[in-house]
Amino acid sequence: MRVPLWKIAHARSGDKADRADIGLFAYDAETYAVLKREVTRERLAAHFAAIARGPVELWPLDNLLALKIVLNGALQGGAARSLRMDNLGKNVAAALLRMEIEAPETLPRLRAP
Amino acid sequence: MKSVRVGAGLGFYGDSWRPVRASIERGGVKYIASDHLSELTLAILQKDRQKDAAAGYARDGVPMLAELWPFAAKHGVKFVLNAGGLNPQGAREAIARAFRDKGWKARIATVTGDSVAERIDELRAAGEPLAHMDTGADIAAVRERLLFASAYLGAQPIAAALAQGADIVLTGRVADAALSLGPIAHELGWKWDQWERLAGGLTVGHLLECSGQGSGGNFGSAGEWAQIPDYAHLGYPVAEVYEDGSALVTKPPGTGGRVSFDTLRQQLLYEVHDPHAYVSPDVVLDMGSLRFDDQGGDRVGIRGAGGAARPAKLKIVAGYHDGWMGQGIIGFAWPEAYAKCEKSAEIIRTLVAERGWPVEDIEVEYIGYNSLLGAHADPAFRDQLNECFLRMTIRTQDRRVADAYGRLFPWLGLSGPPYIGSMKGVQPAKELLGIWPTLVKRELIESKVRIEVESV
Repeated sequence: MRVPLWKIAHARSGDKADRADIGLFAYDAETYAVLKREVTRERLAAHFAAIARGPVELWPLDNLLALKIVLNGALQGGAARSLRMDNLGKNVAAALLRMEIEAPETLPRLRAP
Repeated sequence: MKSVRVGAGLGFYGDSWRPVRASIERGGVKYIASDHLSELTLAILQKDRQKDAAAGYARDGVPMLAELWPFAAKHGVKFVLNAGGLNPQGAREAIARAFRDKGWKARIATVTGDSVAERIDELRAAGEPLAHMDTGADIAAVRERLLFASAYLGAQPIAAALAQGADIVLTGRVADAALSLGPIAHELGWKWDQWERLAGGLTVGHLLECSGQGSGGNFGSAGEWAQIPDYAHLGYPVAEVYEDGSALVTKPPGTGGRVSFDTLRQQLLYEVHDPHAYVSPDVVLDMGSLRFDDQGGDRVGIRGAGGAARPAKLKIVAGYHDGWMGQGIIGFAWPEAYAKCEKSAEIIRTLVAERGWPVEDIEVEYIGYNSLLGAHADPAFRDQLNECFLRMTIRTQDRRVADAYGRLFPWLGLSGPPYIGSMKGVQPAKELLGIWPTLVKRELIESKVRIEVESV
């Protein structure tokens, strides 16, 4: 089934120069395996095509059940020259949590409580 | 095993020091590591210094110490803070003045040598091109527009200042995590080539450098953020660091917030690029081997930091003038709130074009609809908004244009679409800054680092 990331993961983003960076975290190991498979550089590049002018970088961290994502050229040259309200890229993580992936409905956070 | 406890101070210029008192009184800390400088703060301080040569330091260091020092002195707690900004001696003078007024005694150290704004040509002559780290561009392109340039120093001068008996260590630009790593390495007697231990200390410093973000603040999530207890009294993170480089991260008892695997790993990866090579002046950290042990009760054990030798070059971040921003904001209520914002944007575009102003970029954002999510806003409710604000900004090299641009907006109140709100004055031109990150041989910087310790 199609699942938005906010249902199964949490995320924080920040800035360094013209780079927005995101940590995406699974709440459990089973979900992490799905994130690692489905959240690819290609999918990320497509999702962030409107803001990332440079390449997307991605590192899986099995020990943290996390993906580290870096969007190069995503902040209009950097926070201090950006015209955006979100010049610091603090909400890029929220934008990521809106991305939908293919995931089994049996994941722990998707099962009825 | 020997250990030391360090607590987080501020996480940025303007952060609150109120939660630090709990760390001092109930957190068992021996040091507070306080970060007052974001990547951009030096630009603000440079403007202060242009107006007043005695300024140029983060002003919140003085009231913070004025309020917390009585508790710190009682509990034997020392402060390491980068509030020196571009003028650590100026900051020292201001703090010394405040202490003398109250009759307090302290040994205050300053660490200087990070600022290289006056040394650009000298460094270039010494064979450092100072090319842009990411783009490779020649610094000549911005040389005449540079406003500040500071190297990120490491933990060694901080540890040296503590070894000389300092109670308060005031620095300018240092790696944020060095504010913690300095006292940790000093207390635990680490050598500067014990890479794995240093990597453990750096991990702790990174978890502490953003104050409340290390203890449940800004917990990026849908729904889960609401489970963080007692935000109003959120305690800042505290770390007990052991001789072998492992640590226990917690927060003072009786405070709000949460220290858990979830909240700590969000901070661990925050503003990190390659997690297998997190470069600091003192050590290169590999986060891939870290092990977190969430013991419950706001206690998380951390071990296994990977450490590789420190880099041969230090990072400099310089800032340069990069034009002006003009800004206008106007709000509309139902009906057709969004459509009226859109119409206003069209009107402003027409006025700008008719004036032939030299405008390089126009950014149109709708507050209440897409000003934070941008292209990822969901258009489903766009046309049913109860209210919406247009925020429209321009980039121009001409300051007068940026000022005049803001003055276009009030006129819309009587001559534009209906049901307007919140015309809270005209927004003046705002200076825009480009950031120039570059690298320099560390010897060229370290040979100029000075540590001075004086008693007040």
